Amino acid sequence: MKTSLKWIKDLVPGLECTPQEYMDAMTLSGSKVEFYDCMDADLEKIVIGQVKSIEKHPDADKLVICQVDIGTEVTQIVTGAPNVFEGAKVPVVLDGGRVAGGHDGTVTEGGIKIKKGKLRGVESNGMMCSIEELGSTRDMFPEAPENGLYIFGEDAPVGESAISYLGLDDVVVEYEITSNRVDCFAILGLAREAAATFNKKFVPPVVTETGNDEDVNDFIKVDIEATDLCKRYTARVVKDIKIAPSPKWMQDRLRAQGIRPINNIVDITNYVMEEYGQPMHAYDLDTIADNKIVVRRAKNGEEFVTLDGQTRIVDDSVLMICDGEKPVGIAGIMGGENSMITDNVTTMLFESACFNGTNIRHSSKKVGLRTDASSKFEKGLDPNNAIEAINRACQLVEELGCGTVVGGVVDVYPEKVSSIQLPFEPDKYNSMLGTDITPEEMLEYFDRLELVYDKASNMLTIPTFRQDLVGYADLAEEVARFYGYANIPTSLPTGEATTGGLSYKLKIEKVVRNVAKFCGFSQGMTYSFESPKVYDKLCIDANDKVRDAIVISNPLGEDFSIMRTLPLNGMLTSLATNANRRNKDVRLFEMGNIYLPKQLPLTELPDERMQLTLGFYGEGDFFTMKGVVEEILSQVGMNGKITYDPNAGRNYFHPGRQANIIYDGTVIGYLGEVHPKVAANYNLKERAYIAVLDMPEIVERANFDTKYVGIAKFPAATRDISMVVPKNVLAGDIEAVFEDKGGKILESYELFDIYEGNQITLGFKSMAYSLTFRAKDRNLEEEDITTAMNRILKGLDGIGVQLRM
Amino acid sequence: MNDKLQEIKKRAFEQIENAQELDALNDVRVAILGKKGELTAVLKSMKDVAPEDRPKVGQMVNDARADIESKLALAKEKLESAEMEMKLKNEVIDVTLPAKKAKIGHNHPNIAALEEVEDIFIGMGYEVVEGPEIEYDYYNFEALNIPADHPAKDEQDTFYIDKNILLRTQTSPVQARVMEQGKLPIRIIAPGRVFRADEVDATHSPSFHQIEGMVIDKNITFADLKGTLQEFARKLFGEDTKVKFRPHHFPFTEPSAEVDVTCFKCGGKGCRFCKGEGWIEILGCGMVHPHVLEMSGIDPNEYQGFAFGVGLERIALLKYEIDDMRLLYENDDRFLKQF
Repeated sequence: MKTSLKWIKDLVPGLECTPQEYMDAMTLSGSKVEFYDCMDADLEKIVIGQVKSIEKHPDADKLVICQVDIGTEVTQIVTGAPNVFEGAKVPVVLDGGRVAGGHDGTVTEGGIKIKKGKLRGVESNGMMCSIEELGSTRDMFPEAPENGLYIFGEDAPVGESAISYLGLDDVVVEYEITSNRVDCFAILGLAREAAATFNKKFVPPVVTETGNDEDVNDFIKVDIEATDLCKRYTARVVKDIKIAPSPKWMQDRLRAQGIRPINNIVDITNYVMEEYGQPMHAYDLDTIADNKIVVRRAKNGEEFVTLDGQTRIVDDSVLMICDGEKPVGIAGIMGGENSMITDNVTTMLFESACFNGTNIRHSSKKVGLRTDASSKFEKGLDPNNAIEAINRACQLVEELGCGTVVGGVVDVYPEKVSSIQLPFEPDKYNSMLGTDITPEEMLEYFDRLELVYDKASNMLTIPTFRQDLVGYADLAEEVARFYGYANIPTSLPTGEATTGGLSYKLKIEKVVRNVAKFCGFSQGMTYSFESPKVYDKLCIDANDKVRDAIVISNPLGEDFSIMRTLPLNGMLTSLATNANRRNKDVRLFEMGNIYLPKQLPLTELPDERMQLTLGFYGEGDFFTMKGVVEEILSQVGMNGKITYDPNAGRNYFHPGRQANIIYDGTVIGYLGEVHPKVAANYNLKERAYIAVLDMPEIVERANFDTKYVGIAKFPAATRDISMVVPKNVLAGDIEAVFEDKGGKILESYELFDIYEGNQITLGFKSMAYSLTFRAKDRNLEEEDITTAMNRILKGLDGIGVQLRM
Repeated sequence: MNDKLQEIKKRAFEQIENAQELDALNDVRVAILGKKGELTAVLKSMKDVAPEDRPKVGQMVNDARADIESKLALAKEKLESAEMEMKLKNEVIDVTLPAKKAKIGHNHPNIAALEEVEDIFIGMGYEVVEGPEIEYDYYNFEALNIPADHPAKDEQDTFYIDKNILLRTQTSPVQARVMEQGKLPIRIIAPGRVFRADEVDATHSPSFHQIEGMVIDKNITFADLKGTLQEFARKLFGEDTKVKFRPHHFPFTEPSAEVDVTCFKCGGKGCRFCKGEGWIEILGCGMVHPHVLEMSGIDPNEYQGFAFGVGLERIALLKYEIDDMRLLYENDDRFLKQF
């Protein structure tokens, strides 16, 4: 929303402030000013001059020498403008003045300074200007020529300021109005706020009675069929229309509002829409069949040509204005070509109605047409404003002499909206705000806002234009706004003390993040939604359940259309980005959700599972990643046996370099080297490793309940065994034998050599472990160790392992 | 006898002084004091000395031995320290050679900022909680006083899964979920991912983060809200930070406000960073709307509260002066390493 500051000041006569002061005060009382634009910021020393005589320039074909009356004197100005003529009244910038830009419409920040000088040897004491040089456009001043000087009308006063004569001495203020303040999408609403903010008197226009002694009911009948979509329909008739330009004062105001003046009738409807925030429409009454308006829903698939010449297809959710035979307008959005005002109009029907805002919003989307009118209606207007606006328009018609207003108003208003009443509860407002404002002061603020207080009943009557005031909290805000948010004291909450902290889940996640960081991984973030093509890139089987992703019904595009069920795509993309930018040894992790539907389509919210995804390329291998996984598990107190199942069957990993991570018999994650095919799909030219931990499983098993175990007092004994092992036997199989057969006294074991090659039979590998035995309560006897070792060796023999001699 | 001893001593001293290495010194010790050493030989010849002279001679031998030993010890110490000095001299390194780094990973700027925010509120007794990212329309809108057909619903550019389920557009639904549990008083912050249908550019992302805050108790006032957020701003942006509350509108709070802080680059004088305004908008807040309390089963006549919502990226971008939001989701190592 924007307003001319001059217009506001006209409605609040006592208001004296600079634009900056206005901006600051209005913002702090709730009408946020985004910025203001002084239309004359770059205009200086520009007057209305009159060309007295013209002679040819001796040395330039395209230049002429003019003697120009600027009020105080006649001065010489050289110009190249093609449209200059003797007697022309033109804007003249004097020596030392400034213009806003060039005549081609380019704007120069700070303006262009004009100095007197010589043009091809002939003295020139200023410059005659085009409308573009004055910082405006032909759009706003249609009478200005396409190329050349702006020519004033004959009554323009020579010597006066051209800036104020053109209405360019105004300030345009741009506001951010919140959706609850429908009344502030109008000059009157904002002027009322300005008056309340600066505590000055608000003087709205006095709407007088208009119309001749004829009766409008003899000209038009109105019937609302769709009463759910049209709360009120008012209509008036104007005869003997004389289309002409509107007066300068009206044009100036419209221009400052950014609206191009067209003719008196169009300008009046626009003027009233700005002033009252009430859109109006004018129909040529002679085109209205049966002198009858019917407000009804459209028929499904009905075609209609709007006044911009476009054919629109509507359905029965769209409200239409019809005459006795046919539709003549899409309600609240745009009138029809068949009934529009032309220069030949003689009798006109003015419509000022109130439609259902939500319906207009939906219809506007459906029809694909958002107009100034629809954007006002969709906010949900006050039906009581409609009658004021139409009467104001007719008053302007009479004032401007553009027609004869027929007496009376057709007003169909099935369910009258009346003011509501709210109790005056000063204690409640104070207790909400933490203030100590007196009831008198509060009532004074309410008075400025036209809330009427009745002492006997202690009730406040809320005007219907303030649809946002429905409860005590709303009134508390009104008090706060005019008391000043800045004047409300500051305190900290008292009451029962609470202990802050992270939830248990977040605590575990934080530990895990930190370990990942200490292991050299930096934290990344990727999107939760991705393309369904991701599954092909990851070589996921066509019938794999992991492809059952939740689909967004209105995505930004296919690339963002499903909620991820695997955390790998983001990681692979990020690793590839880094690799292609030649970043070395990159280690990343992400802590983010995957979204697993319990059923598709969704019948309940999906399972959001937090995943820790680790990924790296460069220095390190599979076992580096495995070490990081184990470090993380150890730091969250998962000190039980972790096993690795190489038969994880994950297509995106190298078939021989992948494993599921198993703890307590449950798969809690997986890791592997990225399959070269998948790496190629991501244009990742390095060997990369990825591990994923399913955080809900981690959170469930994390344990910080540490108990001290005494440091061993008795000596340990070690035995080394060197073995020849069939290639298909895993280290994990051998270790399982140790664990199973070693008994209580086997304290630990460690692989210290592994070898395949020349000295070893094909299909075998050599492995050597060091086993440590210790008893907690005594010195071990040789016999204890021998017994344990024999059990172990027997067990190893059982899986085809032989001792190496 | 005495002469002989003096002679041995003199020679020993000479040899000791001439010894350049510890080994040579040891040879001297063995040659003089060893089992077969000269002085030991003298002692052994004591039996030839008249018994009445023995104490005197013994004394003389012992004195000579002590003198030699102390001379030896001195020389040894000197040689040892020379040797140590030599060793250290040979071990000099160029301390300006590059460090061997521990290679610890880095935070994401969002998380770095989030942890700061969390620490501030945890210190004030707030619990950090979460809510689902895929959410029911009810919690995202209706329970927050945004009924069906409310214009605010259209304004938010929501991603829908179906009619009732959507990607949450704000962290505010966590408010309703926490209130519904009925445990009072409430003092929470709820950080998390939110989604809106904005095309990706330098200042927009269809996925970003918010931090919701809410306090509900008896006697909570707008003044408490002001005090709390002032404290927050000072801790996050520095003690000199000033805070400005501007009236605003949110369907689920009333009265509502937007909060600006003085630009931490120019201190409020106005610069390019704050577009000359001196102030930077950082969050929205207000008193929890009585109707929202009611819908969640809390009696607004007994309890009152405030709520606020901060854009995490906004804080991170401002605090670390990051000029393009896309960097946050690219995960370039050279970017992440700076946090």
